[in-house]
Amino acid sequence: MKNMTAMFLALGLLAAPVAFATPASDSLLAQYKSEGAGKADAAKAKSDWTREVMVEGEKMSCATCHGTDFSKPGKHHKTGKVIEPMSMKVNAERYTDVKKIEKWFKRNCKDAWGRECTAQEKADFLTFLLAQ
Amino acid sequence: MHMKIKSMILLAALLGATGAAQAEESVWTWLGSIWRQNEVNPVQNAAWQEECGSCHFAYQPGLLPTQSWEKLLDAKALEDHFGENAELDADTLKEVRDFALENAADKSWYKRARKIAKATENGEAPLRITEVRYIKRKHHEIPEKMIKGNKDVKSLSYCDACHTQAKKGVFDEDTVRIPNYPDWED
Repeated sequence: MKNMTAMFLALGLLAAPVAFATPASDSLLAQYKSEGAGKADAAKAKSDWTREVMVEGEKMSCATCHGTDFSKPGKHHKTGKVIEPMSMKVNAERYTDVKKIEKWFKRNCKDAWGRECTAQEKADFLTFLLAQ
Repeated sequence: MHMKIKSMILLAALLGATGAAQAEESVWTWLGSIWRQNEVNPVQNAAWQEECGSCHFAYQPGLLPTQSWEKLLDAKALEDHFGENAELDADTLKEVRDFALENAADKSWYKRARKIAKATENGEAPLRITEVRYIKRKHHEIPEKMIKGNKDVKSLSYCDACHTQAKKGVFDEDTVRIPNYPDWED
């Protein structure tokens, strides 16, 4: 019996998807859900990351400033300011501050896509980025 | 006795010159000012550092007059901050704005802040620090190739590319190191 419990426990651990989360990301994902977001789609976020949109005569995407290697710092397309890596593995400060995440979603969606992101899009991006 | 009289005459001359030269900034106004302190008020504020400094050099409030900060740090204006969206929530905006207005050039007694205040007291308040007459004049002798044509500088806006003590509010010539031009001297 004891063995069985241990086995189930081990199976349960193996089956659990390897994912990173923070109290801030948990609370935001719950918030997005309450705002109407369905199941987060990391694959959609992955393709959206490099999707280019013309904004004020410039082709913009998330990758324009953040790049596509999440372990490396990005660079702001205009100011040249270094943007710390998006990956939690190399940048422990990422996704730890609700206000900060929301602030940058708001600004960056407008800068890169010319509009605010929907709750669904934000849930997709956050889930995708947490796993990088 | 002689020494005493001499220094008294000198002092009188300085004080006299101050009054006469009030209208124009000169070495006499600088010498005569009892608030003569160096540089720009090196004030610190955590929200300022975070909100401004995460995108660009956190320019000290003493680099622009009150009127300029009023125009820049406005909810609507920040939606298009030199082409970028720099929106802030209401509380943060208030903190950052109050900090700027309290420490703007015209509220400061620091030497350089005073000069900036003087240079901007007439006419439209500039939105860019690089458009302040005093700042322009201070830089106009530096050849274009050392700023625009210099890949490690690019623009006058990147104060700390050359001003090694800019973060402390010190912009003195002696602290300037132009990247790729080690031999440059004013």
